[in-house]
Amino acid sequence: MAEMTLAKALNASLRRSLAHDDRVLIMGEDIGTLGGVFRVTDGLKKEFGGDRVMDMPLAESGILGMAVGLAFKGFRPVVEIQFDGFIYPAFDQIVTQVAKLHYRTRGNVRMPITIRVPFGGGIGAVEHHSESPEAYFAHTAGLRVVTCSTPQDAHTMLQQAIRCDDPVLFFEPKRRYWTKGEVDEDALDRDDVLPMGSARVVVPGSDVTLVTYGPLVATAIDAAAAAAAESGGGDADAVSIEVIDLRSLAPVDVDTVVASVAKTGRLVIAHEAQRTGGIGADLAAELTDRCFYHLEAAPQRVTGFDIPYPASRHEEHFLPDLDRILDAVDRTMGRRPAFYAGAVL
Amino acid sequence: MPSSLSESRESQPRASAPHDRPVQLLNPSGRRVPHAPYDDYVADVSGDQLASLYEDLVIVRRLDVEATALQRQGELGLWPPLLGQEAAQVGSARVLRPDDFVFSSYRENAVAYCRGVKLTEMLNVWRGTALSGWNPYEVGMATPAIVIGTQALHAMGYAVGAKLDGEDSVAVAYFGDGATTQGDVNEAMVFAASFRAPVIFFCQNNQWAISEPVTLQAQRPIADRAPGFGIPSVRVDGNDVLAVMAVMRRAVEQAREGGGPTFIEAITYRMGPHTTSDDPSRYVDPLEREEWAGRDPLARVEAHLREAGILDDALAASIARRADEAAAEFRAGCTEQTDPPPLAMFDHVYAEPHRGIDEQRRQFGEYLESFEEEN
Repeated sequence: MAEMTLAKALNASLRRSLAHDDRVLIMGEDIGTLGGVFRVTDGLKKEFGGDRVMDMPLAESGILGMAVGLAFKGFRPVVEIQFDGFIYPAFDQIVTQVAKLHYRTRGNVRMPITIRVPFGGGIGAVEHHSESPEAYFAHTAGLRVVTCSTPQDAHTMLQQAIRCDDPVLFFEPKRRYWTKGEVDEDALDRDDVLPMGSARVVVPGSDVTLVTYGPLVATAIDAAAAAAAESGGGDADAVSIEVIDLRSLAPVDVDTVVASVAKTGRLVIAHEAQRTGGIGADLAAELTDRCFYHLEAAPQRVTGFDIPYPASRHEEHFLPDLDRILDAVDRTMGRRPAFYAGAVL
Repeated sequence: MPSSLSESRESQPRASAPHDRPVQLLNPSGRRVPHAPYDDYVADVSGDQLASLYEDLVIVRRLDVEATALQRQGELGLWPPLLGQEAAQVGSARVLRPDDFVFSSYRENAVAYCRGVKLTEMLNVWRGTALSGWNPYEVGMATPAIVIGTQALHAMGYAVGAKLDGEDSVAVAYFGDGATTQGDVNEAMVFAASFRAPVIFFCQNNQWAISEPVTLQAQRPIADRAPGFGIPSVRVDGNDVLAVMAVMRRAVEQAREGGGPTFIEAITYRMGPHTTSDDPSRYVDPLEREEWAGRDPLARVEAHLREAGILDDALAASIARRADEAAAEFRAGCTEQTDPPPLAMFDHVYAEPHRGIDEQRRQFGEYLESFEEEN
């Protein structure tokens, strides 16, 4: 075990992947000599050479299209998109080619491409540097979409993504890059390693199921601790929150959430991304379908608003925080009226 | 083999030849005309080999006509005719080795024929029984791209991969004049030049992107763009199978030797509609089409071969018979294709098990079975 930041864990994971399989290539803008703007690829070009850690010309569609050609040739490209908001020039290649080539060719051509995307806000950045575009990709058949929230998952899941024979969008919570944690670098080889597509219960609880992923997992854990410690009226006010880190956004490990909601009867889903058409909307529908008779309250979503990601001096209001999450928890507990109470008469 | 990618990026691009006139070796009357240095590249092509190319041209045209008929008879949903572009496709594709790799658009059915794609496998997509016909690795040709220009990047990436693997195989991107406006094609050229990729950009300028004339895409010869990217380019009479073969051989040879990419603009004409759904009478000047009909890619080879005493009526009849046989096989392979079973649509979405798709397949299967029980 070694303590490292999430960014360092990703770096170590990439190093392992390059050493493990000589068909793995790293591609992106500024990822070679500079080591990436977040230094996630620091030192890799020096160690593995410029033919395996390749600085790319400045065109995201070009990079993804090149990765497709390399995958045709049997390589396993790992592409870095510098920031979430810069993925859109590559959207066409990802959606019409990367996602569909295995299906189109009836399984003859594999696209084991990993697309790393630093995502989310909370770093006081300018426009296009704080977005959460995961739902676009979760909606696209043929892609897998995952995200990590801890250095251990960063290390293990990135290797799992790279070894996966399907294309994987790997969203990295950029405001947690500097979060430190213990990392077992051999976790991938252990029999009990959690598959990339599985969710994890990170805090057990009995009153409310709180589902989130990526950067908000830490916030959710804090919310659970705060709710458990609420002491205004003694133990009666405390709420036992079960926190689930979704980890995989496509496909979603619905079974793990269902098992929790069947127990708690209440569901709160939190993500930074905008609400409409988001991961939370789909999960709420799925859980309403599967847990209808277990639900004590309507599922609540705590999300970014349906506005463009605002200027950084607004982001503390835009981003779901501990208080907004606990507010939603209270509404499922009947302690506060639902936002729409009385609207249907 | 050239050295590593990172080193090659620092080397200088080759100078490009001026485009005073398109390369032509057989004029529309079938007369052999010299054009240095390209004569040397086809000096070994014997009369018999030219006759074999002629047979290819006749067969691919015959198949194309048959496919259009199949569409008109309701057997195919759609067909993109290549009428008029036979020489550009056959002349270039016949240069390639089995270990080379083609990334094409949807009109390159003559290329597919030359790569050894089975006749029936050319039709799956257009009959709607599958999204692709063949295994790309069996014939060295990817499933044709429908989103315009996307495949240029794939060819470039594949070529970089071939170079990384230390092979001397090449990749070819086939696309049309319309695609040259797409960002992907331009990005592919930037990347190919930077990585000195062994890729040939083969543009069939057939003068039309559905209804849009090439002048809407380019105000100067399309081939003139490539030198700006550091890629040498050449314009060739795309209706001259021998000239196309010569420029392609030169480009492929240079790519194999580590010389990097070449851009070829084959000047040709789409004699038919964009697809069977199109109506060119709304936008094509009949006189323009008539003029191009006088530059037919088959007629000039036939005239040349007859003049040289290689082709006589007996051989022509035998070639026509082989073309008819191919067309009959093509037709049978089309009409014999049955609809795939419903649940097959869930196959191959992912290479590894996927809980979401697996569950949807199970539920839909149960739904379908519920009707069977009722009956």
